[in-house]
Amino acid sequence: MAEHQTNGASHPVDFRTEPSQYKHWKLSFDGAVATLAMDVKEDGGLRPGYELKLNSYDLGVDIELHDAIQRLRFEHPEIRSVVLTSGKERIFCAGANIRMLNQSAHGWKVNFCKFTNETRNGIEDATNESKQTYIAAVNGPCAGGGYELALAADYILMADDGNTSVSLPEVPLLAVLPGTGGLTRLVDKRMVRRDRADFFCTIEEGIKGKRAVDWRLVDEVVPRTRLNEVVRERAQEMAAKSDRPADAKGIALSKLERRIEGDRVAYSHVEARIDRAKGIAEITVHGPKVAPPATAEAIQAQGDQFWSLAFARELDDLILHLRTNEETVGMWVFRSEGNADLVAAYDAALEQHKAHWLVREIRLFLKRVFKRVDVSSRSIFALIEPGSCFTGTLLELVVASDRSYMLDGRMDGDNRPPATIRMTPMNFGAYPMGNGLSRIASRNLDNPSQVEVIKQQIGNDLDAAAADEAGLVTFTPDDIDWEDEVRIAIEERAAFSPDALTGMEASLRFGGPETMETKIFGRLTAWQNWIFQRPNAVGDQGALKLYGTGQRAAYDRKRV
Amino acid sequence: MAIDYSSLIPNNVNLSDNRRLQRALEDWQPKFLDWWSDMGPAGFQAREAYLRTAISVDSQGWAQFGYVKMPDYRWGIFLAEPEADRKVNFGDHKGEAAWQEVPGEYRGVLRRLIVTQGDTEPASVEQQRLLGQTCPSLYDLRNLFQVNVEEGRHLWAMVYLLDAYFGRDGREEAEALLQRRSGDDDKPRILGAFNEKTPDWLSFYMFTFFTDRDGKFQLASLAESGFDPLSRTCRFMLTEEAHHMFVGETGVGRVIQRTCEIMRDFKTDDVRKHGAIDLPTLQKYLNFHFSVSVDLFGSEISTNAANYYTMGIKGRFDETRIGDDHKLTDAAYKVLEIDGDGFREKEEAALTALNERLRDDYVADCARGVMRWNQIIKRHGIDFELKLPHRAFHRQIGQFSELRVDPNGRIIGQAEWDAKHHEWLPTDEDRLYVISLMKPVTEPGKFASWVAPPARGINNQPVDFEYVRA
Repeated sequence: MAEHQTNGASHPVDFRTEPSQYKHWKLSFDGAVATLAMDVKEDGGLRPGYELKLNSYDLGVDIELHDAIQRLRFEHPEIRSVVLTSGKERIFCAGANIRMLNQSAHGWKVNFCKFTNETRNGIEDATNESKQTYIAAVNGPCAGGGYELALAADYILMADDGNTSVSLPEVPLLAVLPGTGGLTRLVDKRMVRRDRADFFCTIEEGIKGKRAVDWRLVDEVVPRTRLNEVVRERAQEMAAKSDRPADAKGIALSKLERRIEGDRVAYSHVEARIDRAKGIAEITVHGPKVAPPATAEAIQAQGDQFWSLAFARELDDLILHLRTNEETVGMWVFRSEGNADLVAAYDAALEQHKAHWLVREIRLFLKRVFKRVDVSSRSIFALIEPGSCFTGTLLELVVASDRSYMLDGRMDGDNRPPATIRMTPMNFGAYPMGNGLSRIASRNLDNPSQVEVIKQQIGNDLDAAAADEAGLVTFTPDDIDWEDEVRIAIEERAAFSPDALTGMEASLRFGGPETMETKIFGRLTAWQNWIFQRPNAVGDQGALKLYGTGQRAAYDRKRV
Repeated sequence: MAIDYSSLIPNNVNLSDNRRLQRALEDWQPKFLDWWSDMGPAGFQAREAYLRTAISVDSQGWAQFGYVKMPDYRWGIFLAEPEADRKVNFGDHKGEAAWQEVPGEYRGVLRRLIVTQGDTEPASVEQQRLLGQTCPSLYDLRNLFQVNVEEGRHLWAMVYLLDAYFGRDGREEAEALLQRRSGDDDKPRILGAFNEKTPDWLSFYMFTFFTDRDGKFQLASLAESGFDPLSRTCRFMLTEEAHHMFVGETGVGRVIQRTCEIMRDFKTDDVRKHGAIDLPTLQKYLNFHFSVSVDLFGSEISTNAANYYTMGIKGRFDETRIGDDHKLTDAAYKVLEIDGDGFREKEEAALTALNERLRDDYVADCARGVMRWNQIIKRHGIDFELKLPHRAFHRQIGQFSELRVDPNGRIIGQAEWDAKHHEWLPTDEDRLYVISLMKPVTEPGKFASWVAPPARGINNQPVDFEYVRA
């Protein structure tokens, strides 16, 4: 059989969409409650070769979900709870499409899972931080990735009709894991007892009715005819607890202006130049050109043109684009250009108006964008040179990098002042990593009290020596060493095994405490990606490979 | 309390020695009786019907006739006699000894299959619960009850498998079979066709001809199962299922007979005037019931069907008589598919096309019955032929479900469908007319105006025998 290997190279994936373009989701509003109904179009797959039956999903379906979640936060301050349900009658969601997984290259699978994981984390972030609480209304069989989606909600209601069940059938059916957080959320979020979770994850048919409640797999079961009514009640109860403003108007997220010209990807505040031969994307972020508006109302009036938000949207899109469509570009090098005082002024605005719903959303969005950087399987360096503006929010890119180089002094003939970096209060808690710590705290695990010392320097322009002293940069070559050091570091990096680098970077980036998120991106994902490579799943006799043919997998019985 | 199991529950499964099964049935049997009194034939529980009871599986015992009140019917547990050295006859395990216990690996799948089959049995009793009140004769009333008690017995057969082989989960599923209700919004029966109404006797005959025939093919393919108790259970059920299809085929045949007699005797097509059902209306009922029943075979291309086969759990119709490798890993099968604005046959992997293959067998079997009906029409010198509609007509499941197709297999648009579907499917008016004919006839030997008497009675009794008595 001819294999369509699904990957990003042939037709680039565009993550930009909006509700009028949705093929798979229906978004509706009723007062403070929104309903997000999954109604996947069977022949609407992102790539040829599979049909999205039974509300199964591929990356295209999840891109729309991600967009909807994002818009609910920004465009609908009045929405306080969101019902996640199925628009089909006999099925909630059958999970990721197996034929799609089967025909996908390994890298595509991994990237797909990463994005879906981020989207589900985003649902939890909306519930916990934006006070837009998600409720899953499971109105039909809910399997695998379908249940993992429901698990991202704060409350799961299920129809008690003798047929609707929740299940994680990956192990018995496909010889892979419920890798979109399923295993982790069972025990870490829903606190399902481990022996029950063990049983649950080995039965194809799942668990329904009262036992699903007793085992904490769902929160409540209701007769099918009462499901809508009870869902509405619960949604209203959740909505009543929200602090979102009742009278605010949302802002529109307009289509991002993006130009792709050969090896250049350009937005208004972010641009990337790609050197395919070397496998490097040089990403430059531009600071704001004008001072921020003075009031929250004026920020709202600027809407998606407000620099902090525009920057977040552009960087987010760029990361997704590079991850999906530029798989061989293994290294991202961050630079910045602009005025540090203006960046600091925007940070001050974000801090001053943080109680305003929109400002809160912008801060949360920036947090998520930086988290995307953290979990990207790319080597990330930051270069700090004269003219740069790595201040506050933008400084996060430096401390998120695997390594940073700051020029000590200036290059011959350059009459700009030497580079400095500057911390703002935003570097101390606004953008926690998956491990729950700020990036600066994550750099000082040996001496947590040092963070308070470093904090004293908020607002100061730190030159290379001071930045080095504060532990914020890796190396500070002078003008004589700069070019060689940077070039060699980058060339050397590009020569290593991409796999080993991915594993190494992912392991080193998340020191400190474990959280559900770090377990999902660390443990669960690593196991899944190992299993995705193993013959028992993807070999000619593997279960994932043979799924749908009716032939039985033959396992290599050796335990590894 | 000591219970005499063998007289209460006739069986050939050593019930009196099987403690696990006893314990399960002690709990389940009273619930079954409650269900029967709630959902069994309404208004006739105290009447005596001349029914066939199976008390053993040999030729003497499987059909014992006598008067019985339905709640006292002895629902038994019977498996066809074991076949010595039976093997798994297809799939990956072909050639291995047939399983006498459930293979752990297939436990969930087997249970699901048994539950799905089992769910249809009580469903049809529920669907037919009110029909007794409008019976066209005592003969028909008795046939209805025979079908009902045997569906009840088939439920017992499936519950036996669940209780005997599937532990606690099996017991829970057995109980759930009594909790779902046909057409209930909260706890519907599993398959769509079993939530439809059976509002009149024409529908009942059509149902027993078309929908019970689906049961025959499902049972026949489960009778091939490598799980021997399932195979033996289904083999015995098939002997009873034959009677249900007999009720359907002769029922529709007698309606046709009556219609043709009137057309011939009165030289008219307007048989409604004479209280009979015109042939075009019969064709519409046929179209409806055939299309609903072919849906029961599932999607044309099915991973589940392929898995069941490879696992050795569900075979093809007449599996052991087919001359191939019985593994099908490289085999192909022609499946009708949409091709532009028409249909064409396309080769698909035989494994994933097993549903379609079973549907083909079913359609051929239906066609033979329709041919026999047409012979009745022909004998009366009437120029009319009943036809099975195209299999893509009026489908809810599978690739054709998104199309609008006329009974001849022409793909049409929504507008044409809207304009013409009343010519192809029973209209409200047709249904009201048929229902208007449903007046009970309970005098022995008398028959309603719209149906001819049968050629002979049951168990050599005369047609005017009192098949149901006070």
